Amino acid sequence: MKTFDIPTFECETGNYHTFCPISCVAWLYQKIEDSFFLVVGTKTRGYFLQNAPGVMIFAEPRYAMAESEEGDISAQLNDQKELERICLRVKNDRNPSVIIWIGTCTTEIIKMDSEGIAPKMEKQLGIPIVVARANGLDHAFTQGEDTVLAAMTHRCPEFNPRIMNQQKRDTAKPVVVDVSPSNKFSDKKHELNRCSLVLFGSLPSSVASQSNLELKRQSISVSGWLPSQKYNELPALGEGVYVCGVNPFLSRTATASTRRRKCQLVGAPFPIGPDGTRAWIEKICSVFDVKPNGLEERENQIWKILSDYLKIIMGKSVFFMGDNLLEISIARFLIRCGMVVYEVGIPYMDRRYQAAELLLLQHTCRKMKKPMPRIVEKPDNYSQVQRMHELQPDLAITGMAHANPLEARDINTKWSVEFTFAQIHGSVNARDALELVTRPLRRRGESVSDCRSLSRQTLHV
Amino acid sequence: MKLAYWMYAGPAHIGTLRVASSFKNVHAIMHAPLGDDYFNVMRSMSERERDFTPVTASVVDRHVLARGSQEKVINNISRKDEEQRPDLIVLTPTCTSSILQEDLQNFVDRASLSSESDVILADVNYHRVNELQAADRTLEQIIRFHLDRARKRSILDRSVTNTPSANIIGIFTLGFHNQHDCRELKRLPGESGIAVNQVIPEGGYLKDLRDLPRAWFNIVPYREVGLMTATFSENEYGMPYISITPMGISNTADFIAQIGKLVNVWASALSGKRLNYKLYVDNQTKFVSQAAWFSKSIDCQNLAGKEAAIFGDATHAASITKILVKEMGIRVSCSGTYCKHDAERFNEQVQGLCSEILVTEDHTEVGDTIARIEPSVIFGTQMERHIGKRIDIPCGVISSPVHIQNSPLGYRPFLGYEGTNQIADLIYNSFNLGMEDHSPDVFGGHDTKGISTKSLSTDRNDINWTPEAESEPNRIPGFVRGKTKKNTETFAKGNNISEITIDVTYAAKEKSSP
Repeated sequence: MKTFDIPTFECETGNYHTFCPISCVAWLYQKIEDSFFLVVGTKTRGYFLQNAPGVMIFAEPRYAMAESEEGDISAQLNDQKELERICLRVKNDRNPSVIIWIGTCTTEIIKMDSEGIAPKMEKQLGIPIVVARANGLDHAFTQGEDTVLAAMTHRCPEFNPRIMNQQKRDTAKPVVVDVSPSNKFSDKKHELNRCSLVLFGSLPSSVASQSNLELKRQSISVSGWLPSQKYNELPALGEGVYVCGVNPFLSRTATASTRRRKCQLVGAPFPIGPDGTRAWIEKICSVFDVKPNGLEERENQIWKILSDYLKIIMGKSVFFMGDNLLEISIARFLIRCGMVVYEVGIPYMDRRYQAAELLLLQHTCRKMKKPMPRIVEKPDNYSQVQRMHELQPDLAITGMAHANPLEARDINTKWSVEFTFAQIHGSVNARDALELVTRPLRRRGESVSDCRSLSRQTLHV
Repeated sequence: MKLAYWMYAGPAHIGTLRVASSFKNVHAIMHAPLGDDYFNVMRSMSERERDFTPVTASVVDRHVLARGSQEKVINNISRKDEEQRPDLIVLTPTCTSSILQEDLQNFVDRASLSSESDVILADVNYHRVNELQAADRTLEQIIRFHLDRARKRSILDRSVTNTPSANIIGIFTLGFHNQHDCRELKRLPGESGIAVNQVIPEGGYLKDLRDLPRAWFNIVPYREVGLMTATFSENEYGMPYISITPMGISNTADFIAQIGKLVNVWASALSGKRLNYKLYVDNQTKFVSQAAWFSKSIDCQNLAGKEAAIFGDATHAASITKILVKEMGIRVSCSGTYCKHDAERFNEQVQGLCSEILVTEDHTEVGDTIARIEPSVIFGTQMERHIGKRIDIPCGVISSPVHIQNSPLGYRPFLGYEGTNQIADLIYNSFNLGMEDHSPDVFGGHDTKGISTKSLSTDRNDINWTPEAESEPNRIPGFVRGKTKKNTETFAKGNNISEITIDVTYAAKEKSSP
């Protein structure tokens, strides 16, 4: 692997605000239609889920808390029996195809042996039980999805090149929406390659099929997605399967699929922004020995569509406080759009998994003649706010805890959480991503009042 | 273990944080894993707070798990002390720290040696108390801490104010309409010549707390938070308190009568004057509050005997029950609360006012009860609003847990005389919407005229509808009307009928129904 020198990697105190990784259930239960997520932990976590994903709770979600009580903590009650009782009720009420246990800090601290209990109960109940430890001790926000997907790689069927064609029909069809026109052709091509491409990362199904389509234009067909729309449609993994991530926070999944399932990882930048999408496709093409076709025209075409947004943000500065690990990719995209990025805060930086993305960031900075942003791992929010007061960026991308106070201090903000829920992947959605970024800038007309800062604190001082 | 989808009251530390962050210049440090500081999000979003929430976390990670927090908590306290010089730092335990069983008190003792700020450990047991109880306790703890110390340093001013004055206890952040209630509560005694000494915790400075005992009495508007502080002041400083919630006309009158009683005990001794509040109550009831007149007006007559279900915290649920039954003549089939710890008192309050009392923390039980009794209106929390949506019963939100839409910018108190107006509106509008919703069904829809002038079908030129036939589809629910019309026309065409009479519509219906 190439080493490269990025001078400004820093690490601060880790005193920053982010969502608890269990928040991943809010989007994963919608993605995996026949799943049920059971979060094992205390009220603190339940209250978070209730307040963070907001009103979704009222739509009879397929997730719930197994709320630990005092007896569970002090081991007066037997974990296995308690979980058994609850899972049985879930099975009777909802009849899911898979139950996913989300371990929290509580289960870590009391050292509940979820991985040990799960196989026993699986046998008893006749429902697969996947254990993911998405806790705030080790992970931040989107990394929750990473733990779930990493656990799921073990449940994927074994890849067998000989029966691949048949399997392909079983697994890929529901995901690939327009599979019909060139299906035969790509099947043939796959037979030649005797290889298969699986993409990992949960995307809304429309975005997933857009990505499939983009790759199909290069005659590469995607044999499956992790996660799939249904649990029993998980893609086959094994030797001869190439895997490629669509999101920057999936390093565990990448590791699990390469080390445990012997897949080969395609290390590419992530398909965010037209530049990222192009680089992503090019990298995949190079692995499959396909000469990319018409990518440059397509990218230029997309940039042309974006021109009205680009006018707004060109030359403006942005500061990422960092809470969801998408920061590097979005920063790279925004620099390509002509913005200046002061700082990229990021909860955790996997330099190997994100290597290609970091390289693209460097190239982009050089190409656009912009300074390389400083990358701050485990940032300290208090220090960041001090820096922001000095730098006065045109836009701060930040969590909801800081958004209103920063706005009151006359710094435009965009909630970072929206980037995880909006559709920002692929060329088609580049506009949506910029729509988000430019919203606070477009909204800003003349100042409402004469006072620069609407904060109460500074008025008092 | 318990299977749970939703909870009415949050975990204990939320209560502590709500109290701590309501005081001015008090900082809370949570001993918690990453991501547990979502309180900041709640406050910043729901209250649209413009300042940084004075809450940080001393993050519990793998290292802490392995070796204990060691110097980490102390360093975080000292750091906050230097950065922001708060008057007080409240170390807040969470469920995590209660399982880890670290000696947080020890950290506090050591940190307070070196820091300028006072440091205390919130004395709340995660497993035993919920958000509201924890808030109550933390408030008492902070007040006790400061008053005790002031007494030791003998800077405590114990002389009562010259003119009557009161403290308002229990107004704080993320409370249901608390800011508006506070404004109304200041006005209510103010108009009758009673000054407000202090409001705690919202917006109060700790250095002012030593003047707390100067007030003649304390007002505790909400049962959930403030009672412990009031009892403490009564025991230690002999301060009487009023715990009647001035919500609704009769409760407000009781509240003022109580003030009169308390003030007159002292007033006659101090100035020889007695204050009479009867006239004030009369005037307010007649002219400021419209609620008394409203309940006599024929609008309210229409509501008589209608059925309602009520659920919320103890204060709001009990008061609204009383208002509905006694002031508006509405039948309350079920009144309930999630404040299990206050169940006894709640039972006592609504006893005889409703046919059923429900004390539970399980929202499915509340939902099932409501579905069973099918009231014409619900007054509850955001959860009940959603239950109502699902079973098509209107709902007015009267209690937390709340949503951002329950932090209105406009003036919307629930307490005092202006509060009675707001509540009357809320109640009437909820019912009214229910009536509107039903009458269109009875009379065949709002747009009985519209349908004859514009048609949903494209090729109506070839086919003629007789007026009687035309009116027929109007009796069908709106959402299938277009389809039925089209079916009829298709049927007519297929049978070479050029004019659709009422018989044809029936024939078509017969043909299409299995």
